[in-house]
Amino acid sequence: MLSDITIGQYFPGRSIIHRLDPRMKIVLTLAFIVMLFLAKSLAALAVGVVFIVAAYVLSRVPLKMILKSLKPVIPIVIFTAILNMFFIEGDPFIIIWKLTISREGVYTAALMVVRIIFLIGGSSLLTYTTSPIMLTDGIERLMSPLKAIKLPVHELAMMMTIALRFIPTLIEETDKIMSAQKARGADMEHGNILQRAKALVPILIPLFVSAFRRADELALAMECRCYRGGSGRTRMKQLKLAPADFIAAAIVAVFIAGVVLVNIFVTPLVVL
Amino acid sequence: MAILKTENLTYTYSPGTPYEHTAVDNVNIEFEKGELVGIIGHTGSGKSTLIQQFNGLLRPTSGTVFVDGQDIWAKNAKIRELRFKVGLVFQYPEYQLFEETVYKDIAFGPKNMGITGDELDARIREAAAFVGLREEHFEKSPFELSGGQKRRVAIAGVLAMRPEILILDEPTAGLDPKGRERILGQIKDYHKQTGGLVLLVSHSMEDIARYATKALVMNDSKIYMYDTVDNVFAHAQELRSMGLSAPQISSVFSLLEQRGLPVSSGIYTVEKAKEEILKLLAKGGEGNAQ
Amino acid sequence: MEKDSKIISIQNVSFSYESTDPDNQQLIPVLHGVSLDIHRGEFVAVLGHNGSGKSTLAKHLNCILLPTEGTVFVDGIDTKDGEFIYDIRQTVGMVFQNPDNQIVATIVEEDVAFAPENLGIEPAEIRQRVDDALNSVGMYKYRESAPHQLSGGQKQRVAIAGIIAMRPACIVLDEPTAMLDPKGRREVMSTIRRLNRENGITVVLITHYMDEAAQCDRVVVTDSGKIILDGTPKEVFSNVELLKDVGLDVPQVTELTYELKKAGIELPDGIISVEECADKLEELLRAALSEK
Repeated sequence: MLSDITIGQYFPGRSIIHRLDPRMKIVLTLAFIVMLFLAKSLAALAVGVVFIVAAYVLSRVPLKMILKSLKPVIPIVIFTAILNMFFIEGDPFIIIWKLTISREGVYTAALMVVRIIFLIGGSSLLTYTTSPIMLTDGIERLMSPLKAIKLPVHELAMMMTIALRFIPTLIEETDKIMSAQKARGADMEHGNILQRAKALVPILIPLFVSAFRRADELALAMECRCYRGGSGRTRMKQLKLAPADFIAAAIVAVFIAGVVLVNIFVTPLVVL
Repeated sequence: MAILKTENLTYTYSPGTPYEHTAVDNVNIEFEKGELVGIIGHTGSGKSTLIQQFNGLLRPTSGTVFVDGQDIWAKNAKIRELRFKVGLVFQYPEYQLFEETVYKDIAFGPKNMGITGDELDARIREAAAFVGLREEHFEKSPFELSGGQKRRVAIAGVLAMRPEILILDEPTAGLDPKGRERILGQIKDYHKQTGGLVLLVSHSMEDIARYATKALVMNDSKIYMYDTVDNVFAHAQELRSMGLSAPQISSVFSLLEQRGLPVSSGIYTVEKAKEEILKLLAKGGEGNAQ
Repeated sequence: MEKDSKIISIQNVSFSYESTDPDNQQLIPVLHGVSLDIHRGEFVAVLGHNGSGKSTLAKHLNCILLPTEGTVFVDGIDTKDGEFIYDIRQTVGMVFQNPDNQIVATIVEEDVAFAPENLGIEPAEIRQRVDDALNSVGMYKYRESAPHQLSGGQKQRVAIAGIIAMRPACIVLDEPTAMLDPKGRREVMSTIRRLNRENGITVVLITHYMDEAAQCDRVVVTDSGKIILDGTPKEVFSNVELLKDVGLDVPQVTELTYELKKAGIELPDGIISVEECADKLEELLRAALSEK
């Protein structure tokens, strides 16, 4: 059923990772991505891996959730691995018929695969431990200097909030409309692509009509609550950097330094 | 033979997860042709889940639904064809309208059944007439109509399929008294003319009291009572303890009964109440004259 | 200076809108010379069938619509005076029919904070107002829930809290229970009553449910853009014929007493509650039966 889809992938909790300031979490996630790309050898990459595994353990997000987030990238991972294995020339490692897999190829493939997996894993940690509204809030505030160049930061954040608010409502509504049309004999399971696309019309039109009606009513309700854009607006929840945020930043800095040191002292098999 | 029957019908949402919830619990019931059954129960009592199994929108977790004596989920049964037999009008059905014109929208259901030509036209006109839509409405966009009119177009869309069983989930929700009476009156006329089975889900006890022949009370995923409207409303006290509101009149009469007055039970409409009071007063008057 | 006892004063207001039909551009009149005063602390029901103009009238109370003719004063300010639009909207809060379409945020307390945030209030003060508002509608323990996890009645109470957080003197509710089940309706009605009695908030309740109107201090009945009745529930519901003529119901007990009176039985006018009706009938029956 449609309603089974979970939107965003927030995993509610009260762990130390959950409680970090969203702005700091966004910045540190970016730093982690930089860390992954700085690492030039598997050994250096291992430093980054230790960091993210530790962060996951602290966050108490179940392993099952992490694996679930990796599922969609499996094809990309396999594709990257194969591409690297076969197309990087060097010291022959395995020979299957006419195809040669080089030692360098395997090494590069491993490096790329670990990088992609932990790239996804690391950014998922951000969305697992930060509620969508906090995330929106964090992005809005990080981007607020851009207001100076007339970027409508508040408006974008408001749009994101409203979208997040209405996704469950619209999913439920789609479910209802689908049932209602099925009750009128609509056939959505059979036929070729064209027929199936046509079968969507009785669902999409009512959905659009309803979305516009909702937008209209919501706009009116917002006006009645004195909404007039971002200027002069205050916020109930103030984001404040706590000592934990600075400690987290320091830890990330140490790990980045670790990656750099390993880079200096360990010569990788393949220089990328 | 019962036209609609269930055997040990059970429906469980999200089985095997922490959110597991049995919405319909071992329901056995038979509905005969020609009845207009009011279905009562508070939100979450399982009535919506029950009716969605009657036309195969939900597949029972266990148990069987028989329509015309046929198991609707039997191996060779065609579930789409079943839906033509069991018409279901959802709550706020006006939100399912999508065609350019009223006429085309009413045609959607019968067209899905493969009906064309004169037969299609005849069905559309018949269905439109049942809900009091005139020809001048046919070429209008359904989105131009008033709320009550939209709802009647949506109901006509189901009636045009000429279902043997018609199920309506709160067809009067959000309408004003005039609109409410109009739609319920039309449902009653439809029922009288076709002689089929009509199931009417409603929160309004007054409406069920006025229009239904039998009443089904759902509570806690089970059938609490299925009986004539008279007998059901005789249990006004129990209905109230379930969080349902019995009609005002039945509350007045159970108060009178409690206070030891010789009123008959099962009175829930203004007409019957008036008769009863006048009868009792006349009796008193007779006694006086003797 | 003593405050005016009238929070809202509608003076001879007419309203028409332009037809959207391009072939037939004309003004469609909705309100015809309506005058109505709402006093501080009152609990007023505005009753009428769909299309009677009651919602249009409600939209005049906080500057969503401006009268074509006549004037609306809110707390002594003319609503046409654009300068004070946000003061007026803070004074007269508005709650609509569909709770889903008035909740903006993904967390209950964030939504209740929406209006005070728009008003630029200090964060600590907002927190206080949000907690007070949620407590006054009995939704404090759901402050961290997502709106879509709540029942209809609960959502509507959150929407009311979102208005209360502006600390309005008056709230206007436009058919707030039309989409709710009986339990949700009871929840919302008792919340509104409590806000009126305990917090002294003036309430204007637009509805077509008779039983809700019967719980108010005053009932105003609209039909074809005019006010046709205005009085206590007892007074208004005595006009059974007139109410039926304009497509409204009366409570069953009112109808019963009316029918009995028509049949020549002596009963007082305007019985609106079950207890009152049972009491009067008991009196009547005992008198008749004891004569035996």
